[in-house]
Amino acid sequence: MADKIRVRGLSVYYGELQALRRVTTSIADRAVTALIGPSGCGKTTFLRSLNRLIDLIPNTRVEGQIFLDDVDVYSPGVDVVDLRRRVGMVFQTPNPFPKSIFDNVAYGPRIHGLSNQRRLEEVVEQSLRRAALWDEVKDKLRHSALDLSGGQQQRLVIARALAVEPDVLLMDEPTSALDPISAGRIEELITELKAEYPIVIVTHNMQQAARIADWTGFFLHGELVEFAETERLFTAPKEPRTEAYLTGRYG
Amino acid sequence: MGTPPRRTLHVELEALQDEIVRLGGTVSAALERAVRSLKERDRTLAQAVIDADVEVNRAALEIEQRSLTLLATQQPMASDLRALGATLKLVTDLERIGDHAKGIARVALRLGDEPLIKPLIDVPRMAEVVREMVDRGLQAFMSRDQDAALAMAALDDEVDRLYRAVFDELLQIMIDRPGTITQATHLLMVATHLERAADHATNLAEWLLYVLTGERRELND
Repeated sequence: MADKIRVRGLSVYYGELQALRRVTTSIADRAVTALIGPSGCGKTTFLRSLNRLIDLIPNTRVEGQIFLDDVDVYSPGVDVVDLRRRVGMVFQTPNPFPKSIFDNVAYGPRIHGLSNQRRLEEVVEQSLRRAALWDEVKDKLRHSALDLSGGQQQRLVIARALAVEPDVLLMDEPTSALDPISAGRIEELITELKAEYPIVIVTHNMQQAARIADWTGFFLHGELVEFAETERLFTAPKEPRTEAYLTGRYG
Repeated sequence: MGTPPRRTLHVELEALQDEIVRLGGTVSAALERAVRSLKERDRTLAQAVIDADVEVNRAALEIEQRSLTLLATQQPMASDLRALGATLKLVTDLERIGDHAKGIARVALRLGDEPLIKPLIDVPRMAEVVREMVDRGLQAFMSRDQDAALAMAALDDEVDRLYRAVFDELLQIMIDRPGTITQATHLLMVATHLERAADHATNLAEWLLYVLTGERRELND
């Protein structure tokens, strides 16, 4: 399968602290890639490097390259706002704006200049359908997004990300604040969305990675220890440190 | 250091391994008793082997159930997952060896007091090698010893050689003395039971290799 993102020798420093150590890997198009590892291992730093969210953290230094298609996202002249549109992000806690359901989804397209009401309605409906939320909210699009359940809010946030037609979806523990049924819906949604998007998900839940990911990377102390097809990584990892982590013999 | 992260799983995996070894010991003994009942024309012993198979099946079911419960409740990964997958397969191999012992005991019962058409030499020898395979397989499993597993699996060639010898000999007896066909066929069934039991014993080695390496390898071709 074609690679959507290629990461070459990526190191990230927060001041003196090195959070990532020369990570080289590729993210496949139209597939789910899961990143696992203990807290502080660098998986979230890796995720936030992909759309340069870590630029927002003071004293951050980045070495190496990240190619989205063939453009290095850290090269001068890259429009960071456009980069973050192309590489959408879903966070751990659903973070809808305190606006209506409609306005949440229409927010991005409006920012990017879409003002035709009929076109906006089309984009909102299509995005909510893709996020498997349309049937539940189609009769209350003007209601506050904050009235939705946690699981619905998270799907709304995904719809909001889809509305700006991203190239890649990043998800940082998107189900850890949800009940198991809502989490299961999000997992199914991720499995559907990978037909159209590459999805990179950070998760503390190994079983979740095993269920939904095609590829899995194991991070430890800022190092990408092992990156492999999910099936192989979870049944027969090659690196002893991966084995130790997966079987709870780590630490 | 606090409590290791997956202690419950690992304690239960070790307990399951002990159960596997116990079951292996039981079926290994059943094979020996079955062949002895045939050789010594001991119908009481043969009946005891048949009756004891119920217990083998019960133990196998319990190991299966506990393995499935562990899969559902503990979601093991990596070598733990392979150990559990192997346990589920191994238990069937051991249970089948038990069935072959029972099959041999049935022949012993059926032949009753009828004089044997030939002294049994190669058949008890086959049974000894099969038992050695089971015992060494279980030891290799306990010590996670790949070389020991491979050495054990190589014994299957000896079992196959003995099987061919028994087959040829019984065939010749049947050709020379057609009146022996009924008993010779029964004795051939005994040899076939032992040959099949050896294949199941070889599987023990294959599953151990899978646990250790993550690769499935056919040792028995």
